[in-house]
Order: sequence, then C-alpha cells, then structure tokens
Amino acid sequence: MATLSFKDFKSDQEVRWCPGCGDHAVLAALQRALPKVSSALNYEKERYVVVSGIGCSSRLPYYMDTYGFHSIHGRATAISTGIKVANPWLTVWQACGDGDALAIGGNHFIHAIRRNIDINIILFNNQIYGLTKGQYSPTSKFGAITKTSPYGTVEHPFNPGSLVLGAKGTFFARSLDVELKLNEEIMTAAALHDGASVMEMLTNCVIFNDGAHRNISDPATRADRTIILRHGEKMIFGKDRDKGLVLDGLGLKVVTIGQDGYTEDDILVHDAHCENAGIHMMLADMKYPDFPVALGVIRDVKDVTYDDGVRDQVKDVMLKSKIHSVDDLLHSGSTWEVE
Amino acid sequence: MQHKVIDAKDVVIRFAGDSGDGMQLTGSLFADMSAIYGNQLSTFPDYPAEIRAPQGTVSGVSGFQVHIGSENVNTPGDHCDLLVAMNPAALMANAKWCKRTAMILVDSNAFDEAGMKKAGFKTDDPFRELGVEDRVLIVAPITELTELSLKDSGMDIKAIRKCKNMFTLGMACFIYDRPLDYIFTYLEKKFAKKHPEVIEPNKKVLKDGFNYAANMQMIANTYHIEPSHPKKGTYRNITGNQATAWGLLAASEKSGLPLFCGSYPITPATGILEELAIHKSLGAKTLQAEDEIAGICTAIGASYAGNLAVTTTSGPGLSLKSEALGLAVMAELPLVVVDVQRAGPSTGIPTKTEQTDLNQALYGRNGECPIPVVAAHSPSNCFDTAFNAAKIALEHMTPVMMLSEGFLGNGSEPWLIPSMKDYPVIQPPFATSLPEDGKFKPFERDPQTLVPKWAIPGQKGFEHRVGGLEKNHDGVLSSDPANHALMVAEREAKVQKIADFIPELQLDGPAEGKLLVVGWGGTYGHILSAVNEVRAEGLEVSRVHFDYIYPVPRNTGGILSGFDKVLVCELNSGQFANYLLGLFPDTKIVKFNKVQGQPFLVSELVDAIKEAL
Repeated sequence: MATLSFKDFKSDQEVRWCPGCGDHAVLAALQRALPKVSSALNYEKERYVVVSGIGCSSRLPYYMDTYGFHSIHGRATAISTGIKVANPWLTVWQACGDGDALAIGGNHFIHAIRRNIDINIILFNNQIYGLTKGQYSPTSKFGAITKTSPYGTVEHPFNPGSLVLGAKGTFFARSLDVELKLNEEIMTAAALHDGASVMEMLTNCVIFNDGAHRNISDPATRADRTIILRHGEKMIFGKDRDKGLVLDGLGLKVVTIGQDGYTEDDILVHDAHCENAGIHMMLADMKYPDFPVALGVIRDVKDVTYDDGVRDQVKDVMLKSKIHSVDDLLHSGSTWEVE
Repeated sequence: MQHKVIDAKDVVIRFAGDSGDGMQLTGSLFADMSAIYGNQLSTFPDYPAEIRAPQGTVSGVSGFQVHIGSENVNTPGDHCDLLVAMNPAALMANAKWCKRTAMILVDSNAFDEAGMKKAGFKTDDPFRELGVEDRVLIVAPITELTELSLKDSGMDIKAIRKCKNMFTLGMACFIYDRPLDYIFTYLEKKFAKKHPEVIEPNKKVLKDGFNYAANMQMIANTYHIEPSHPKKGTYRNITGNQATAWGLLAASEKSGLPLFCGSYPITPATGILEELAIHKSLGAKTLQAEDEIAGICTAIGASYAGNLAVTTTSGPGLSLKSEALGLAVMAELPLVVVDVQRAGPSTGIPTKTEQTDLNQALYGRNGECPIPVVAAHSPSNCFDTAFNAAKIALEHMTPVMMLSEGFLGNGSEPWLIPSMKDYPVIQPPFATSLPEDGKFKPFERDPQTLVPKWAIPGQKGFEHRVGGLEKNHDGVLSSDPANHALMVAEREAKVQKIADFIPELQLDGPAEGKLLVVGWGGTYGHILSAVNEVRAEGLEVSRVHFDYIYPVPRNTGGILSGFDKVLVCELNSGQFANYLLGLFPDTKIVKFNKVQGQPFLVSELVDAIKEAL
C-alpha cells in the first residue's frame, strides 16, 4: 500500500473560512493525522467518509479529498450513524459546531454516544453561531452579549465534556485550535479508539467571538492555565512544570511541587482507561482561574460498539434461522394449499 | 326446535368486547379458519388508541370485523350479520353497525347494573334503548358457562374467565358451520412449548360453546358459505404492514443490496419496523432511532453507504422528516419512505384510517422538491407496492414515497404466495468507470433517463462530496442562477421520466361514457364493490384506480378525456381530485369525500355513483 501524505487529503476546493479562523488549524491537523492513522491501521483513502451538518465548520468535507457528506443542520450524527451501521468497514469522521451538535442536533449527539457507535466527532466549539452572524450558542458563557442577547444571556452553557461523560461516552478529548501537534495526537488516538470518540476543539471565531478562549490560549500564559493530560503521565503543568493536581477529599486541588510539603510523588497519574468516569468528570469540569483547563485525551475506555453489535446479531441470526431467501420467508408460518 | 341451514353468499361478523377480552385474536382465528375452509375474506380491526382503557367503558371497546363469502369479497363489509358483544359497552358502541336482519350475541353475565351504567345505558333494556330490539337476540350467560365448563380444569378463576372468548368463538363456529379442527391445531401449535396446560381447557371451552349453540334452541338459522374456487397454489394470510416489510426484503434480494431500516415507532406504521427486525437472517438491519428525524437521516446515511435504505412512519412523523427528504432529493440518493396514513392533523386519531397525507407526500417540502409517490391498494398489494417503490428509488436514484393506510397496514387478507423468480432484477446505476480527467462527476446524468451514477464510499478513485447545497454536474458548489435553474429542471424531469417505466392505467369498463369512477390507495375494494353493485342494476360506469400517483401513468389524460364526468372518491377533502384537476384542467371532476377516520361504506359509494350519473 502506498503511503499517504498530507496532500492526499487536500481537495482542490478553495478554503473559504475567514482569515484567522481557528477552523483552518483543525483542518490542517486532520489532514496531517489521517496519513498516520492510515499507516497505523492499514487504511486506504477511499475508506474515509467525512460527514458534517450546517455551520462554518461543517464546510470541512469540501476541503478533504475523501468521500464527503455535507448534510443538514444538526443531523450529521444521525447520517454518520447510518453510514457506519450500513457499512462498518468505512471509517467515519464528523465535523460539527457547538450549535449544530449541541442545540439542534443535541438529541442525535447524546444517542450516538450512548450507543457507542464507532464514529469520530470533531466538535468545533467557538461558543457562537458564526454562519448566521453572531448569535449565542449552547456553549456561550452565562451573560454573553451577542446579537440575540444584547443584555447578556440568562442561560447556563453546556460543558461538552460533562455531556459526553454523562451519556457514558467512551472517548473524550479536548484541545485548542492552535495546538497543532496535540491535535494530531488526539485525532490519531480517536481513530484508534473503537467506539464514539468526541474531540472538543476550542476554536476562535475572529469575527463574532474573537478571543473567547484567549484566557487559556494566549501563548504567554497557556502553560499555566491549561494542563495537557496523557495516559500514564503525572498531571503536571505550568511554565516551570512545577504545578500539579492532587486529590483533596472528594475533589481535585492544584498544588505547587515543593510547597506545603507536596512532592512529585503526591501528584496524580492520569488514567484515561479507568472505567469509573468520576475523575474524568472532575478533570473535564476544571475551569480557569480555579483550575487549569484540561486538554488532551481525558477518557479512552473500551466498551462494545453498536455497529459491531448490529453486524454480529445479523450474522448470528443468519446461522440459526431457517429462512435464507424471500421464497423461504413467503412460505414460513401458517399456509394452506388450494388444489 | 330444529334449526334451518341457509346458504349465504357472504356474511359479515363483528366481534366486539373490552380491549382485554381477546377480540382481535377471536376475529383473526375466525378469519384464518375461513380462509383455510376456502372462503374469500377481508378483515378490519377497529381498536381504541388506549392499550387498556377503563374496563367496561365505551372508549375501551375493541372490535374486529371479518367479511367472508364465496365470491366478490373486496372489503371488510359495511354492516354486520352477526354482532358479538361481550359487554354492554361493546353493544353501545357497535349496535349501529347491525343490519336489520342481524343477530346480536351478548354475554348476559356482563349486563349487570354496574356494567350497564358504565356503558352509559339509562334504562334496563339495552336493546330497546338502542333501537335493535327487533334483531335476532341471542342472550347467553357466557361467563357462567365458561366457568362451568372449566370448573375441573384446575385453572384459577381469572384464567378461566379469559377463555370466554373461546366459548363465543365456538358459538360463532356453530352459526356459520365452521369446522373446529383448524383452531385445535392453532392452539396446539401456539401453546405447545410455553403453556401446554392451557391447550385442552381451551379446546374444551370451544367445543362446549359450539355444543351450547347447537342445543340452546335459540338459534333458528345457521348459515353455510360455500367455499369459492380460488386459483391453485399456496396461500397465506398477510397484513399490509407485513407485506410492506416483505416487499422491501424482496427488493433487497433482487438488488443484492442489504436492507437498512431507520425508524421511530409510530402507530399504525410500527408493525413494519417490528417485522423487519425479525428478519435479520435475510441481512436486514433495523435501527430504532431516537426520533423521526434520526430515522430518515440514518437511512440517508445508509443509502449513501450503499444499502437499500428505508424509513417507515405515519403522518406526524412524515412532517418531521420533511427537511431530510429535501436532502435526499438534493443528494439524489435512493430511499423508500413508507407513510402508513392515519387520521390527522397533528396527533389526530392515531388508530383510525385516512388518506389525508397525499398533499404532504406530494408537496410537503421547501424548494422545488419532486418525489415520486406510489400507493398500495390492498393489504397484500403492499408487497408489490413496496417492491416497486424500492425498484424506482434504486434505478432512478431518488427518494420514493409509498403511501399505505391504517386500514391496509392492520387489515389482512389471504394471499396467493408469489414466487420470487417472477420478480424482476433491480439494477441500480452503479458508477463503474471514471471519465478521462479521472474525476467522478456525481450529478452527470444518463441522457435517456436523466439518472446520475451511484458511487459508493469505499470505491477507489470515486471520492466525491454530496450534500444539501446546490451543486453543478461536477459536484462542485454553485450558486450560479443558470445552474440552479438547470438542476431544478433536471431533478423534476428525472422524476417525470419514471412514467416511461411504470405500467399504464388499467381501465375497467368502456373507454367512453357518462361517468368514470376514480380512486387511489386503500379504497380499491370498496369502490370495486360499489361499481359492481351499480352495474348489477344495469347502469354503465367505468372505473380506474391509481397505484402510481406521481408521476401519473402516461395514458391518464387519454382515459379521463373519454368521460363526461369523473367522480373522484377519497378519504380526505379532495386532495387527489385537486391534483388531477391541476394536471388535466379540462376534466369535469366531481368529488366524493369522507374524513371520519373510517373507510368508505360500499352503500355510500353506490349512492354517490348514482347521484353523479
């Protein structure tokens, strides 16, 4: 099999996102991750299908030189589900925004996670409706001032991580659009995960919500305000790698190594494969300024998948049943002869 | 008293009782037994929306009507020759369906003061109060006799009382000269594994009911219905929903594509999803979706991935699917959408039948959004209709709407089992070669049929994008005005071309005359019976029935132009009549409509035809 490269996944279509939009970087990370996934799993390019709903980020399939389906608002997850169940051999990637996946498509989103269908969902979270030009979304901060909330919103946002874990998600990762290397790493891990993988990408909308994530994405302070979690590694962060997370009663606490008697040995080791989602939930819920915001693969556990279940049940019934053709079916059960 | 045996051409029996009384089973058994006996038959279950409405009330009454005869049984019958009423509420709800000559069989034990009050009777003579005191009344203590019959069975009293429907069935078998063997075999098969202990008691009650009817001296006449001489072959009973599911499986086999059904449960369509869920051995995958929208969207995804994709629903569900239907039209993907119509609008009357979704099927989407529409005309015809809908979808790369009706979906009839070798192979237009520039063009069309090619993900070199945005032939996004106009026209013309591939309309009667009676869908049997009745009186009328609604068969205009008047009969306010008028404005159309959640009565159609003549 020929080795695939970045270029193989680039389509000839002109990319039409605004200059400076965070989506460019996520697209680039995907185009860099898929060649790696392909060699790791021995996948040909025609095996990829990229699905999307409606919104700025949902334009992504046009920029990928793969099979692609740009569907309707909120329904990408249902379309992806159908593709994967119909043909489990295909590998399905999905691009959707915070409005698309969590407002109009919220129902499909939680059910795909509950069923654990083997699809890879990139959730572009810019906390705003961009394509309709600046209305608040289900992830906009409480009080956000937007075109439809000129006096501030009076509703609580979703935290996608808690939603995914609440729906018994088996894979959740989070990152910033600008973390190109980390994003490649996350996407590769998602591809290797058998089940529904949700990757929340905190993206910047330069036009309608510029700087929504600046408090954690600013290069000057990013290392102190975020923590990159890797399975098996200590939960250490900070520019000087001197801060860490410890368990304090039933919650997490930020400590400085070498202060208050804490040593590196006290710092928690990240276990993404831990069945119990309790600590994953706490990590996903961490908010700046009390905590660093968790990036990287927060949860990655094994469980049966829906698509395997459907396929295996069909095989199983085929073996056991006496009905192997429509003629068999038509004559099954109670019939009578007219001579 | 010696009873007299009368030869009857056909009879209608209506079993009615509390929704827990087992009337659906009693009716089905009577029907199945009659089919095996060699009679023609048609059935109609009439049950409440509530699973178990308050016991003894009119809203909880469940009915099952069966029409058996030697010939020309096209409908479940208008009025009944025998009404079985297991309680006062059943009598209250159904007395109006009795012929003047009808027999009414009631369980006198249920007609106590409390029962009468619950049913809403104001006097102590229910028959007089309902104006049916002059019918042949058979008042039997059925509960008491059932208890007596089974007192030594060792069953508890609750279980014993559940057998009273078998006692009643035994009585009906006596009245209509039915052999009991069939029911014996049924009971043996059904309970052999799980409850062998109930086989003998049920047989005993059945026999006791039969003997009681023979000995009670209250039944002056019994009836013999000569078996008809149907075509040779193997027969079975089939409901419309079952036939729909099987027709789709047949299309899957004939196309070589696995069947995928994404659906959400909704009355009265759920039976199709349930039936498909059984037949995994034929490769069918069913996905019970989180909502109606996910039902169709998973199906669209499955279609894109190369399956024969189906979604099944009823009116309110179809409303929810509208946007996604537009997506399937735009992406030009094959898809079968089955709408088992029920009384609307909104939730309406879920268990009652109507033909009120035609406009929704034809027009219920944004933009210029043509979708072929076909309609089934009888329970067993749902098989061919579903097969044809799938064939059109797969060969013409389009979603297709199949209209069924609650009346068809739940109704059943005997069916001469076809052989799959008599059905055509389905050949989707798979993309097999790339053009010279090496780029697959998803909306380049066959010059004859205007159908684009189908490239399925996984095919090397055919990578392309589809979606809801307007594109050009190459599959590239385009908001160019001229391109949009061209694509709109081509999608419409592609659907119109389907008329070249469907059968012509079959005219029943002379090609010219005063009156053409027109129907579509599940009114077929009623209209046929009415036309035959009118003809028997020496009047001349012709008749056509539309199975293909959009596009209409090529010869439609020619046939319509041969008549002074065209009487369009349908269970809505005139949706098909208006549609025909739009296509053929010179036709003199007269409408006959009924929107009561009930099928036509043959008698009211006869009146309408005579009035139109």
